[in-house]
Amino acid sequence: MASRQFATFEVADQLFGVEVHTVQEVLSYNEYTPVPLAPPAVGGLFNLRGQVIAAVDLRVQLGLVRQAMQGPVMNVILRGDGEPVSLLVDRIGEVVDLDDEAFEGPPDTLSGPTRELVTGTFKMDGRLMLALDVNQAVDTYRATT
Amino acid sequence: MEDLGEIVGEFLMESHENLDQIDRDLVALEQEPGSRDLISRIFRAIHTIKGTSGFLAFSRLETLAHAGESLLSRLRDGVQPVTPTTITTLLATIDGVRSLLESIEQDGNEGDVEVDSIITAVHAQMNAPEAAAPAEPASAAEPAEEPEPLEEKSVRPAPEPVEGQRKPLGEMLVESGAAAPSDVGSALQQQLEGDERKLGAILLEEGKAQPAAVNEALQQQAPKRSVADSAIRVDVDLLDGLMNLVGELVLARNQLVRGVMETGDSGLVRSAQRLGMITSELQEGIMKTRMQPIEHIWSKLPRVIRDLSQSLGKQVELVMEGKETELDRSLLEAVKDPLTHLVRNAVDHGIEEADKRVAAGKPAVGTLTLRAYHEGGHVAVDVADDGAGMDVNRIAEKAVEKGLLRADQIATMDKREIMAMVFQPGFSTAAKVTNVSGRGVGMDVVKTNIERIGGAVSVDSTLGEGTVWRLTIPLTLAIIQALTVDCGDQRYVVPQVAVLELVFIDGQSTKIEYASGAPVYRLRGKLLPLVRLDRTLGLNVGGDQGVYIMVLHADGRRFGLVVDRVLNTEEVVVKALNSRFKDIGLYAGATILGDGKVGLILDVSSLARRSQLTAESDRENLVGTSRASGGPANGERLLVTAVGERRVAIPLDAVTRLEEFPRDRIEHAGSREVVQYRGQILPLVRLSHLLGAYSEVEEGDTVSVVVYSEGERSVALVVDRIVDIAENSTTARRDAEEDGLIGTAVIQQRVTELLDVRRAILAADPNFYTEVPVEMLVEA
Repeated sequence: MASRQFATFEVADQLFGVEVHTVQEVLSYNEYTPVPLAPPAVGGLFNLRGQVIAAVDLRVQLGLVRQAMQGPVMNVILRGDGEPVSLLVDRIGEVVDLDDEAFEGPPDTLSGPTRELVTGTFKMDGRLMLALDVNQAVDTYRATT
Repeated sequence: MEDLGEIVGEFLMESHENLDQIDRDLVALEQEPGSRDLISRIFRAIHTIKGTSGFLAFSRLETLAHAGESLLSRLRDGVQPVTPTTITTLLATIDGVRSLLESIEQDGNEGDVEVDSIITAVHAQMNAPEAAAPAEPASAAEPAEEPEPLEEKSVRPAPEPVEGQRKPLGEMLVESGAAAPSDVGSALQQQLEGDERKLGAILLEEGKAQPAAVNEALQQQAPKRSVADSAIRVDVDLLDGLMNLVGELVLARNQLVRGVMETGDSGLVRSAQRLGMITSELQEGIMKTRMQPIEHIWSKLPRVIRDLSQSLGKQVELVMEGKETELDRSLLEAVKDPLTHLVRNAVDHGIEEADKRVAAGKPAVGTLTLRAYHEGGHVAVDVADDGAGMDVNRIAEKAVEKGLLRADQIATMDKREIMAMVFQPGFSTAAKVTNVSGRGVGMDVVKTNIERIGGAVSVDSTLGEGTVWRLTIPLTLAIIQALTVDCGDQRYVVPQVAVLELVFIDGQSTKIEYASGAPVYRLRGKLLPLVRLDRTLGLNVGGDQGVYIMVLHADGRRFGLVVDRVLNTEEVVVKALNSRFKDIGLYAGATILGDGKVGLILDVSSLARRSQLTAESDRENLVGTSRASGGPANGERLLVTAVGERRVAIPLDAVTRLEEFPRDRIEHAGSREVVQYRGQILPLVRLSHLLGAYSEVEEGDTVSVVVYSEGERSVALVVDRIVDIAENSTTARRDAEEDGLIGTAVIQQRVTELLDVRRAILAADPNFYTEVPVEMLVEA
């Protein structure tokens, strides 16, 4: 039976996951440089070992209030297409092995920005994990209303 | 051979370096045939290659190097003169050595590289001038003819290269006058005849030199060695690894410093600060290791130009300016081929034959100038020739002929735009096609390659006077001198090349003035237009006192940038900014500041463009200043706009921002026009439609809008033009019944209609004032 590994994290108490191979690393960082005039989903820039990384506020992408950016914020750094990009999340979860059998498409009742960002739902013990569409999640020019 | 792998690798790397140097020296030697220094240097370099190749049992390489060395020794001893033909033969020898080395590098052996013809050519050279010269190449390098005690037995390992670069003791003694040339000569002869003593020892023992003089000469020899030893080769991967480690160190340092600050222990704080400083310096140092002067790629060009101009029968002098300009290694690599192509093209098509030049009243020798310098946050590399230049009309004709342009387009294009057609694929103006360039490939490849690293190519040419090709290479990873400034809570970086001077505004002796709302500063009697950084960045606008004006220049314009504080100048390493921020256009890149935080580097050119669009920025300023000052409480402030032939006034309180949108950003949602604005869908309403006014002909690529926001909602009112801001305190007002207006008034001696803002807003967004969320206008 085919299974995949997901790195999980929480935003607004909802568990999300991305496939482990898309993740470069996870770290907490607390000094972000805001980019005036950038799309609202851009949380800021930070220095990752000499490399300038853009942090995308997943809360904004999900249509929620932006991260306060006070104190440390968790980053899930995705390899991205050529340049790493970070997703700002509330909390980091575990890396889980999930069978493809536990996968279902997004529920019909799911609407709004979240619907556009997820590829499906994994039924875990006691809770649901939404699998994120990595490209959509970091697309800061995605129109959010 | 396996265990020799490392030695062979060393040998290859060292030899490639030596060969490049030989190339340069040979070209220089041609200009300066009498230079013994040059001949000796070439001789020593090729001798080293010969020695090592013998040791490593690369016999053909050894034979070839030996042949070259023999010819060189004749040149050195003055047995035959340095002529262009000898230089060509020697260059061919070097090329032969190079191909052998390449074969060794690829296959580990000498392969089937053909060297016999080169060796024959070298021998022919040696025999040509004097029939009496010995035919056997080995005897041409007869030890007796050599003034230096160089080992000739090829089975022995070659001397270390540093040894070869050392000035011979005998030569030094002769130069300083401590020994007679004849004495040194005879001592050398003794050595060659088997005397095992050192040269200094022979001279001393025979009383032909003073001990003090010999000691001094020996000491002088020593530092030479240390210069040669002062550079070492380091693997780039290792440097990259170190760079990453330093990055980690900076992060760890920052965390430590914060932790220490909390303890409040002053001793610890001092140590942490010191650690911080050292870390910053270390970071900077490591970053610099990746930088190389552009000379590295220029050094191959004299040879290219020499070969090419010779084969074309042209005379070209190469001038290099700014060869110390540093670029990141990876960028240098990317620039190398395009640059070589431009240089070849300039020699082939730019510079004319000598007779044509003379006929045109120019010196017979053409000049090709390579110039590198920092400009506007970029490194510019110019390839300039004083050749025939390009004919704009012919380029235009050609472009039409090739179907790249329509004839009617030409009229609207300026010279530079037409010139830029040469970078189009499939374009070539060369009258005759040569094997060098002009095959219609090339210029477009140059453009593609430079654009791939985020640079730009441009060309400017004056017919009959010459052509200048300019590569603008982004600062990505380049180190620039920059000023750090504060604006609001954030720190920004301004490339120092753009900064002319700084002015502190105390509000008393120096102050910002307003010309109809546009901020200006009187700089030595002349008005300097000002751009407020905070407003440009959409931040909260600060006051006019205690701020700094940075007088900047870019794109031939001068303007003042108003910032809160200017901190210091420092060298920063420019990092490419994530592609998602390119559209903002205000940032040239990002950098890691001394404290490890990311700082944005401002793009001075685009700031300048904003100041040029005075209309736009002034309008923003109008709103801002009237708000900042608060204005007199009595009397309503009005924004006067032009809608068709009518003047329509909007209460300034109802205006959130003034914007200019590119026409192509306007999208349609149902029957409504909308624009994506700061992550929102902004409904537009054209006042001309609303008021039934005749709108001016739609010109330009942008539309002017007045944005009105309330809470989360915004609408934009499209006007033709922003006219002014006026105070409506004294003028009479007459109620009008007209749709969409609440009345008319005389403002600035002109009848002006007052807009019914609420109506206009509802026309744009019927739900604006209701609590129901606006339906999603964007397709999912």
